[in-house]
Parts: sequence; C-alpha cells; structure tokens
Amino acid sequence: MRLVKSFLRGFGLFLLLAAFLAAWIALPWPALLGVAVLFALWMALTRSGRQAASVTRVGVSTLAQRLGASSVVVIGIAGVVGVLVALLAMAEGYRHTVSSSGTDDTAIVLRGGSSAELMSVLSRDQITTIERAPEIARDAEGRPLASAELVVSANVPRLDGEDGSVTLRGVGDMAWTVRPGMKLVEGRKFEPGRRELVVGKGARRQFAGLDPGKELRLGNQVWTVVGVFESGDAMESEMWADGEIVSSAYRRGSSRASVFAKLADAKAFSAFKATLAADPRLQVETDTTREYFSKQSEAISKVLRIIGIVVGSIMAIGAVFGALNTMFATVASRAREIATLRAIGFRGAPVVVAVMLETMLLAAVGGLLGGLLAWLVFNGYTASTVAGGVASLSFEFKVSPGLLWQGLKWALAIGFVGGLFPALRAATLPVTDALRAA
Amino acid sequence: MKYFHLIWAALFRRKTRTFLTLASILAAFLLFGLLDGIRTSFAALGQNADGAQRLQTSSRLSIVETLPLSLESRIRRIDNIEDVTYANWFGGAYQNPRNQLFTFAVAPNYLEMYPEVEVAPAELEAWKRTRTGILVGEAMMKRFDWKLGQKIPLQSTIFPNSDGTLNWEFDIVGVVRAKPGKSAGFIDAMILMHYKYFEESTPYVDANVGWYVSRVSDVRRSDAAAKAIDALSANSPHETRTMNEQAAMASQLKQMADIGLIVGSIMGAVFFTLLLLTGNTMAQAVRERTSELAVLKTIGFTSRSVLAMVLAESVLLVVIGGVLGLGLAAVLGPIVGAASGGAIGLPPIGWKSWALGLGLMAAIGLLVGALPAVRAMRLNIVDALAGR
Repeated sequence: MRLVKSFLRGFGLFLLLAAFLAAWIALPWPALLGVAVLFALWMALTRSGRQAASVTRVGVSTLAQRLGASSVVVIGIAGVVGVLVALLAMAEGYRHTVSSSGTDDTAIVLRGGSSAELMSVLSRDQITTIERAPEIARDAEGRPLASAELVVSANVPRLDGEDGSVTLRGVGDMAWTVRPGMKLVEGRKFEPGRRELVVGKGARRQFAGLDPGKELRLGNQVWTVVGVFESGDAMESEMWADGEIVSSAYRRGSSRASVFAKLADAKAFSAFKATLAADPRLQVETDTTREYFSKQSEAISKVLRIIGIVVGSIMAIGAVFGALNTMFATVASRAREIATLRAIGFRGAPVVVAVMLETMLLAAVGGLLGGLLAWLVFNGYTASTVAGGVASLSFEFKVSPGLLWQGLKWALAIGFVGGLFPALRAATLPVTDALRAA
Repeated sequence: MKYFHLIWAALFRRKTRTFLTLASILAAFLLFGLLDGIRTSFAALGQNADGAQRLQTSSRLSIVETLPLSLESRIRRIDNIEDVTYANWFGGAYQNPRNQLFTFAVAPNYLEMYPEVEVAPAELEAWKRTRTGILVGEAMMKRFDWKLGQKIPLQSTIFPNSDGTLNWEFDIVGVVRAKPGKSAGFIDAMILMHYKYFEESTPYVDANVGWYVSRVSDVRRSDAAAKAIDALSANSPHETRTMNEQAAMASQLKQMADIGLIVGSIMGAVFFTLLLLTGNTMAQAVRERTSELAVLKTIGFTSRSVLAMVLAESVLLVVIGGVLGLGLAAVLGPIVGAASGGAIGLPPIGWKSWALGLGLMAAIGLLVGALPAVRAMRLNIVDALAGR
C-alpha cells in the first residue's frame, strides 16, 4: 500500500512538472504576468500566503551566509543562459541580416528553377520583356525602376591571408534607385566603363585590401576600390561595379543574373507575378525580395537554432542537477529551522513555496547575469559564413530583448525543477526527527 | 590502491549528492563528446594519406568560373603528375529546388583518383556503358531510399537540358562505398554522372570544366607540381590556382564557420560551470567529514596520504561521470543519425576525443579536489576532533 502511494505520488509530481514546463513554454508573457499577479495577491491576502512570504523573507535574508553554495546555482544557470542566448543570437543575427535585405514592394526575377542569383541567367531579350511589365514603378522620365544585375563570385584574399570569395555584383544606375537603403559612406560611386569597385562595409571588414584608393587584382585584371557603402543587410558583404565591365571580365556577354524591380506598391506584386507567368517568352521565378531573402536564410538559421536549443538543453539538464544538489544541501542545513516552524503551526504549503521562491530567485539572478554577459560579449560581434552557395556573408550577433526574455524563462524553468524536490523534502521531513538531528 | 575501498565508500557516503553531481558531470561530457566529434571530423577532412597525393586546380578568378578542357593534356605532361581527372558542378536538386545535392559531372577516370572508395566492378562497367547512368553514394541511397536500377528525375539549378528545361533524368547503375576501414569524406554522399553526356546535352557548357584533380607520384615535390600547373595558364584569361586537397578543404571550411572557435567557447563555458559545481560538492564533502579525517590522521595516516585520498576521490568522481557521458555520446550519435534517416550525421567518437576527454577529466578532478585536499592535509587533529 505504501509503495503504491509513493509511486502515485511520484507519478503525480512528474505530471505536474511536465504540465508546468509545457505551460511555461507555450504561454505568452501576458498570461504569465497574470499568473504572477494572482500569485502575488495570494501572498498578500491569504493567511497561508502571508506565512509563505514571511518564511521566504527569512530564507532570503540568510542567503548571504550560504554565499558559496548559492553562487553555484547562480553561476551554473548563468552559464546555461549565456551559451543559449549567444547561440540563438547568432541565428537571430544571421536571419535578421539576410531577411532585412528585402522589402515587400520590390520583386526579384530569376530564371525558372534557380534558387539563388548565382545560378540564374537571363538573356537581354528576357530582361527587356520583364522591364516592360506595367506593374513596375516608373521615374519622372518614364523609365522603369528595374535593375538588371549580374552576380559572380570573386576570389579575394581574406585578412588571415587565405583566399575567400566575395559576391561581385555588376549593376547599372538603377540599382541605387531600387534600393533606397544604400548609403555611400566613403569615397564615390564607380564610373561607368572603368574597372572601379565600391565595396560594402562588411566585405571591407573581412577581406584584405578593400580600402578606397587601393588596387585589387581579380584574375589578371587590376581594379581600383573607389568607395565604401553601407546598407545594414546582406548587400554589405558585396562589392559593386559597372555591369558592362563585370560581364566582359567574366565573359557573360549581354546576359544578366536577375532583375530587381520596384513595384508601384506591395499589392501590385501578385499582378506582376501573373504578368510574367502569362508571357510565353519567359520562364522565370518571381518573388518579393523579402520572400526571396527569407528563404535564403531559412535553412541555416533553423540549423543554428536547433544547435542552440540542443546544446542549451543538455547544459540545462546539467544545471538542474547542480541546483538540486545545492538546494538539498540548503534544506538540510536549515532542517532544524524548518522543523521548528512546522512545530509552531506553519503548514507545508508555505514551506514549499518559500524554498521554491528562493531557488527561483537565485535562478532569475543567474538568468539575468547570463543574459547580460551574452549581451556584453556578443551583441554586435561580427561573424561570417557562406551564403547563397559560395560567397561569404558577414553578419552581427543580435541579442534582442526577446532572446533575453527567452533566456530568463529557461533560467526560471531550471530553478523550478531544481527547487521542487528539495522543497517537498523540506515540507515532508518528520518534525521530531529533524528537531533531534544535528 | 589498497585504500580504494575507503575512497569508494567516501564517494558514496551521501548517495543523492554524488548521483546528482555525477549527472551534471555526465551532461557536460555528453556535450563534449558530441561537439568534439564534430570538431575533429571537420579537422580531419582531407587529411588522409590518399588526400595528400591529390592536387585541386580551379579558376583563380572565382570558384564558379570554368576552365578549358584543353588544359587536361597539358597538365598530364607535367613532371611528377601521374594522372589527371576533371569534374563540373551540376547543381542537382531532388524534388524541390532547395533540396540541393552534391552532384558532379565527372570524367570516366574520376573514381580512380579516390582509392579510398570502391564501386563493384560490374556496376562500374555498367556506368561506363550507360550514357545516362549515375553512381550514387551509399549514404544518399539510404537517405532517399533509392534502389539500384531505378530511374530518378533530377533538376539542375544551373544547367538546362537539350530540350531547354532544367529537368534531367538518370539511371542509378552503381553505388559508391567507402572501402572497409577508410573514411569516404564527402564521396559517399554524392552523385556522379558522365561529363560527356552532360557536356553534349547542355548548351551552356562547351568543353569547359569546373576543376581538375591531379595525382602526384612524389608527395614531397607536390608544391613544385602545383606551381607548374598554375604556370601553364599564367596571364591567360583562365588563370588557375592549385592547392593540395587538404589546404583547399581547410580554406573552404574556414569560410563557412570557425568551428574550432565556436566549439571552444561553448566548452569553455560548460567546463567553467562544471568546475564550480563539482568544486562546491567536494568542498561540502570534505567539510562534512572533518572529524572522520581527523580520526584517520590519529590512527596514523600521514598528511600526504590524506591529501592523496581526497584528490583520488575527486578525480574518481569526475572520471566516472565523464566516462559515462562520453559513452552515452558514443551510443547516442549513431542512434540520432539513424533516427534522422542520415540527414544528421554525427561522427563517431575517435580515440583522440577519448584521450582528450580523459585528460580533461583528470585535470578537472585534480583542480576541483586541490583546495579541499589541501585543507584536509593541513587539518589540526585536536581542533578537528573538538569540532572547532
């Protein structure tokens, strides 16, 4: 009978834990806020709530005496949250950089079946046909705001001496008009017909010899860097030059890779897509640039997120055991005090709540500390990877408030699991044994 | 060794605490096993003896540029070059243009360059006979559940077929496997088709190849051979760059991500946390046993042997947890791989990872035990017994 009872009890506890964690993950913050408010009301208004509050106060005020043991919980959880937030910040930064390269009212046209610009080819005739689509916005002189661009990758030495690839984009005048976010921060634009480059800030940071005025050898030709631009997105990892010159250097004739078209507004996109699909001379993929760049980043940012969560989970399991250990020791060292409280009439619930609150407080401090560390060390940290097949893309880690909140949630979940069992032990300790011990 | 049972008893004096600590250590070394497996397998790519013999020649301008096919016979005439083969990127995708596979159009002698993989002789013959035949890596066969003799549609993300569409169809005629005891690197996750068929079908490629692979007979003079290959096309529109396979692979991986740095920083955080946690446990354990240690000293144990016993206890604790963790990682890796249908390939844990892991365990154990052990050694018998 006792066996069955203890089994049922363990099983119930497990269910409670699972339910709590599921709710914790699923609930949005307003619901959690509501729960917190209810809990605070219980503490302030009911008798057992006030008991819990006073027991918690005693526990927290003696924390300083157990500094060594308590710091294990704090630092253990800070480690988990720091690593988790850093890894997720990497995924977030990558996604942000790539997907913010697009907008809803600009479309990109590629050859049918091509998933990236580097693999796409459009002939002169096709480009002319695309540019005639009525949905494309026009400038004051009636020219369509469409930019046919050629994308190749160029081998350039990296700062560490080895060769890397940079996307070299051959563009015309329209390219700047189609992307209003582009800003020249140093030097000037390239002159049509000359072997001149403007380089993105990200590319300049990663590769050697991309400063204005410097000369760069691509294959057996010498180019001059004349300016630096900034755009805050994936374009920043590129170099731009005159389309005609790039196509002759890379033997591409009159073909181009893609057409970027500014539409009259975002709603015109489906009409634009339909126009191109209906034209028998064209077989193309049409996407808004936002859609196109989000698809580009989808796979890698998903992988990064999964790695972050797997690594975070394993570390969290380790930290849970660390917290359990510490809190069991804490409960053991306060066994007499807790037994005294219960002997003079405190019920079990306040004791449970007090121990749990103490653990979760330590966990919250750890979570904040870990998030702060990740923010201090990694926010704005630049990393680079390969995007769109071959060319390198540099991006910044982005520790967003959302990620910090997620880190704190993890910390509190660890604290909850780590505190629950010691709390129950404290509440069920036989009073007489505990008073006699030590 | 004769004190082993004493150390063992001390370790399990408080079972809950020891098991909880063991579980933390286990989690840390599980992570270490998984991450270090990934790191070493990246570091080992291209570092085999067969790879050292191979030189890769690609365009200096850009890795997407092609080279003229006429270069082949000229490379072949260079001193120290045994054999040359060439390949072109096909950019194949299966079912969905985003589901890209490593697909190369290769010369008939391509596989002769890779003695670490094998194809059954009959299947190789069949491949050479069938124009639309492809050889598929073992891992990829499993991933898509393909059968020998099956016809599969592939879409090229780059090259149109002779009918102008990007759709191609191929016959699976053979399977490429790693030879027993060798690692196949990427080859068992690739599709190889005939360059001749590819070149004749697509209007985009006219006697151009993506890269050359050549084998040198004398590895010590491979640098000179690489320079000689690059000299062939110096100052032409098709300048080349030749590197040995290892250098080429390293430079590509480095551009993808600095794996070593990422793994290193995660493990740094993990072990720092672990150090603290285990350190606290050991300090607790020794503090609790102060009077027992005093008794040991009273009955004649030297200070040094008390020190050694505490140190041994902490090393034992970390080693038990660590070995369990690494073992779990070794078991879990293949299970995850099988469950994901080969999509996630976690490398097996090599002896190097085990050696590094054991070294770390010993170091952490000693570090963690040092402070409590010194305290135990300096214990004053009278004070300790009096409970002061």
